[in-house]
Amino acid sequence: MERYYQPEIECASREQILAWQNERLLKQVRNVWDNVPYYRRKMEEKGVTPDDIRSVDDLYKLPFVTKDDLREAYPYGLMARPVKDCVRIQSTSGTTGKRVVAFYTQHDIDLWEDCCARAIVAAGGTNEDVCQVSYGYGLFTGGPGLNGGSHKVGCLTIPTSSGNTERQIMFIRDLNATILCCTPSYAAYIGETMKEMGLTPDQIPLKAGIFGAEAWSEEMRQDIQNTLGIKAYDIYGLTELSGPGVSFECSEQTGMHINEDHFIAEIIDPKTGEVLPEGAQGELVFTSLTKEAFPLLRYRTRDICVLTRKQCSCGRTFVKMSKPRGRSDDMLIVKGVNVFPSQIETVLLEQGYQANYQILVDRVNNTDTLEVMVEMTPENFSDNLGKITDMEKSLVAALKAMLGIYAKVRLVAPKTIARSEGKAVRVIDKRKI
Amino acid sequence: MTVYQISVFLENRTGQLAEIAKILGDNGIDMRAISIAETTDYGVLRLIVDQPQKATGILLEQGFVLSMTPVLVVAVHDQPGGLAPILRIIAEGNIGVEYMYSLFTHVEGTAYMVFRVSEEEKFTTLLAQHGIAIVSGPEVGIQA
Repeated sequence: MERYYQPEIECASREQILAWQNERLLKQVRNVWDNVPYYRRKMEEKGVTPDDIRSVDDLYKLPFVTKDDLREAYPYGLMARPVKDCVRIQSTSGTTGKRVVAFYTQHDIDLWEDCCARAIVAAGGTNEDVCQVSYGYGLFTGGPGLNGGSHKVGCLTIPTSSGNTERQIMFIRDLNATILCCTPSYAAYIGETMKEMGLTPDQIPLKAGIFGAEAWSEEMRQDIQNTLGIKAYDIYGLTELSGPGVSFECSEQTGMHINEDHFIAEIIDPKTGEVLPEGAQGELVFTSLTKEAFPLLRYRTRDICVLTRKQCSCGRTFVKMSKPRGRSDDMLIVKGVNVFPSQIETVLLEQGYQANYQILVDRVNNTDTLEVMVEMTPENFSDNLGKITDMEKSLVAALKAMLGIYAKVRLVAPKTIARSEGKAVRVIDKRKI
Repeated sequence: MTVYQISVFLENRTGQLAEIAKILGDNGIDMRAISIAETTDYGVLRLIVDQPQKATGILLEQGFVLSMTPVLVVAVHDQPGGLAPILRIIAEGNIGVEYMYSLFTHVEGTAYMVFRVSEEEKFTTLLAQHGIAIVSGPEVGIQA
């Protein structure tokens, strides 16, 4: 039987959900107009005032917020509450110049944790469960979000954070953990490690997993489910909006229910910005209705997906979004970390290489790999192999510093990387997602 | 007295060496020595040829990344222990050898070694003190 954390909300009538959205949207628009000069300016530029927004139907009149806005307004420019009302920040995995800092009041954290709790209960969690949170803790939203959700559900929470796989496995086995929360690639890795240890699924106490923060395929879901003997649920979110729990999967596993009491979702044409009808594929845009400290209106996620309001067998009435099918910009998500080709280009130029390069992303043993093919230049070449190796090492270190993750560098002969007529083929993503 | 070695960047790809050998052969360039230093992913090909300037021009035209590196050629008695005294002089002089390899060129009783060292002048002086001369390119059929 399907269980809910907040059934009166998760299974509310569409009319009720719409009524909440209308009421909260009006309040939120007024809030940003009054408290965030940056927003007021943006709205004025578009010739919109709070009086023009009378219901969700008027949402399209509001300007979009993009990652560029976040960068421009960094750090405090989009904050809608004074510092004395805020209790926490979280930040994205993005690096220099791309980092997003989001603020939370205690109320914001409370609602965010509710969203995570909904996801845990949808995955079958109760206060009888032992929930291991192997997402990173700290600035990353994964650990804190699921940790809070797990507390709300009343699970015995094991805050292992990520890494130290042997210890992860020890806790799962010794404490009989029943729910695992982490990135899908880490879940796969934990599964593989357990398999190598000779553990069969029936010897692993886990029964469910809540995996998100990176794209993963149905194939990978099957793999994880089989190795760990669990049901694997997807969860979606963005630091900009709160963190994980913006949407979550139910037992049907056919898409993620968006917590519509807190967020309005739209699908737009990424080129024109025009709102597309239900069922059309386009860029996902969110408006946060209840955030106090860091409310974003019409935030462009760059994730390409489809929304459906088809009735779900789980009983929830929230709209469902498909797994993101791609990005409308050139951003790559590798090991859960945002990678922009432009960052790689910057490093190459700084290190005296040409901007002609190719990025190869693959998934080996369920772990993302990143390789950068770089053409050797006469300036960087030496008859001394040691000098070349040193330069390669400093390039790898500079890339690591910029991206936050390891990228293998492959030095190739000049003109090896195909020059294209128009837009260069910079990224080859071999992952099947 | 310097002989120029051509150092070519090699990526780890089947057929790259064959390609270079063919280009040189087609242009009537004779290889006098070949040596490779490599990692698993790439390497440096070191070549001594009879016409270094011409070879360099052709390889550059073909898009290879390369450099001309001055190296020293030393005649060695072609007999057991022939190389030992030279290496002892280098060691005693505290000179670092970046790399060394031999020329294919061979005359009765004499072999030739190519040296790339940290301190060329000191190396030359020390050898001269021991009566060992640096061989010039033309002596072994290598154009300047």
